[in-house]
Amino acid sequence: MSSKNSSLITNPFSKNNPITVQILGICSALAVTAQLKPAVVMAISVTVVVALANLIISLMRNTIPPRIRIIVQLVVVSALVVLVNQVLMAFVYDVSKQLSVYVGLIITNCIVMGRLEAFAMTNKPWDSLLDGIGNGLGYAIILVILGFVRELFGSGSIWGYPICEKLGLYNIGYENNGLVILAPMALILVGIIIWIQRSSDKTLQEK
Amino acid sequence: MKNFSNKYMFLYSAALVAVVAVLLAFVAMSLKERQDKNIRNEKMQSLLKSIDIVVEADGAEAAYMQYFKQELTVKTDGSIVTDYPVEEFAKMPADRAFNVKLRDEQKRGDEGAFPVYVFEKDGQTGYVIPMQGNGLWGAVYANVALQADLNTIIGVTFSHDSETPGLGDKITTPEFQAQFVGKQILDENGQVVSVKVKKNADKGSMHEVDAISGGTMTSNGVDAMLLADLGRYQKFIDSRRSGMQVEEAEVPADLIAQEMTEEEIEKEEGKEANNE
Repeated sequence: MSSKNSSLITNPFSKNNPITVQILGICSALAVTAQLKPAVVMAISVTVVVALANLIISLMRNTIPPRIRIIVQLVVVSALVVLVNQVLMAFVYDVSKQLSVYVGLIITNCIVMGRLEAFAMTNKPWDSLLDGIGNGLGYAIILVILGFVRELFGSGSIWGYPICEKLGLYNIGYENNGLVILAPMALILVGIIIWIQRSSDKTLQEK
Repeated sequence: MKNFSNKYMFLYSAALVAVVAVLLAFVAMSLKERQDKNIRNEKMQSLLKSIDIVVEADGAEAAYMQYFKQELTVKTDGSIVTDYPVEEFAKMPADRAFNVKLRDEQKRGDEGAFPVYVFEKDGQTGYVIPMQGNGLWGAVYANVALQADLNTIIGVTFSHDSETPGLGDKITTPEFQAQFVGKQILDENGQVVSVKVKKNADKGSMHEVDAISGGTMTSNGVDAMLLADLGRYQKFIDSRRSGMQVEEAEVPADLIAQEMTEEEIEKEEGKEANNE
């Protein structure tokens, strides 16, 4: 893999992260991260959708009339999202109920449309696939961090395992923080992640 | 940038949509069976939970067959429309209680056939009545499990489509649902009075539980659903109860004693003394 290709995968993790740098896909990042499991399923779903959408649009890019390109992109994305939703409903029903409308809303997730417009329409299929996977994983890493922190401090468990109870923390007066479960705290956590990232990476700081 | 003709654009979009439609239809058809099974399992889990049996989705069907003995559908005039014993569940008759779409039956009013599930647990027979009503944002659902006297609640489960997280959706918490256990849905004349969901409920009352603070509209919806849906079974309850007067006298008396505080027992005894 050439250095250009590997940077397509690694950039979204650091200086081009879709959530913390491009500030895209915030809505779903707040909504589904109260627990780790739905956060991970959502992360996988978005990664699959953005990678495949990038690949398909890139394959089609020379045949798509520019004047209807947004519609064509939407049809492709919608088809993929409906597919993902159907698969979730068939194989992980309880998680699909938790995610409810947010799977459908992947269609309007700015990351997907953003990558299609900015990358897949003008790049080769293989590069586009890598770019999709990279951005999906960049989104995923933030969701997993948020889901982990919020479930641990909000519900006292990790992946449904009641770790605080097993450690006996409740017996010595520890209590779960209800605020962490609510959406505002997710926004604050995203803010903290952005703060940490910007203070360590000078290239992200405005002059 | 290439120049595309209008004709090309029309054909292109038509072909794209056709391909996508065929693909999605194919996938939806091939996954339908699995999805339906998930929905059935969830319904069985919810019915089982109302009688305090918690099972994984995989074991739902077996446990359901073990505990549920009969499925009835009844009209509001008390007449029985369908009646399937457990042996016939496997044949999946289309008009069994399990397949009833409550919303449709509610629209039909007195013509509707409303489901009742008969269960047997630890040698005790009882009934589960499913319900559907309106919360603040969408539908709310309930399964109410009653003792053989069709009066005393032994368990309830609530679920909802889209109530507010952290407020209205607390109807699904064990704390809220546990309040209903031991409450009664009939007054002393056997009329359905339901269990009221209200603020500052009288703890001693057999017909009141505390509403959810911050979830008033959802609580009101649950309250209205319980009253309306239990009311439909008035005639059915009457006919069942008149057939079992003897048993009935014994069972609830014990339970009332358990649930009441000493003070109330005194009050109750005083009342009886007055009557005499």
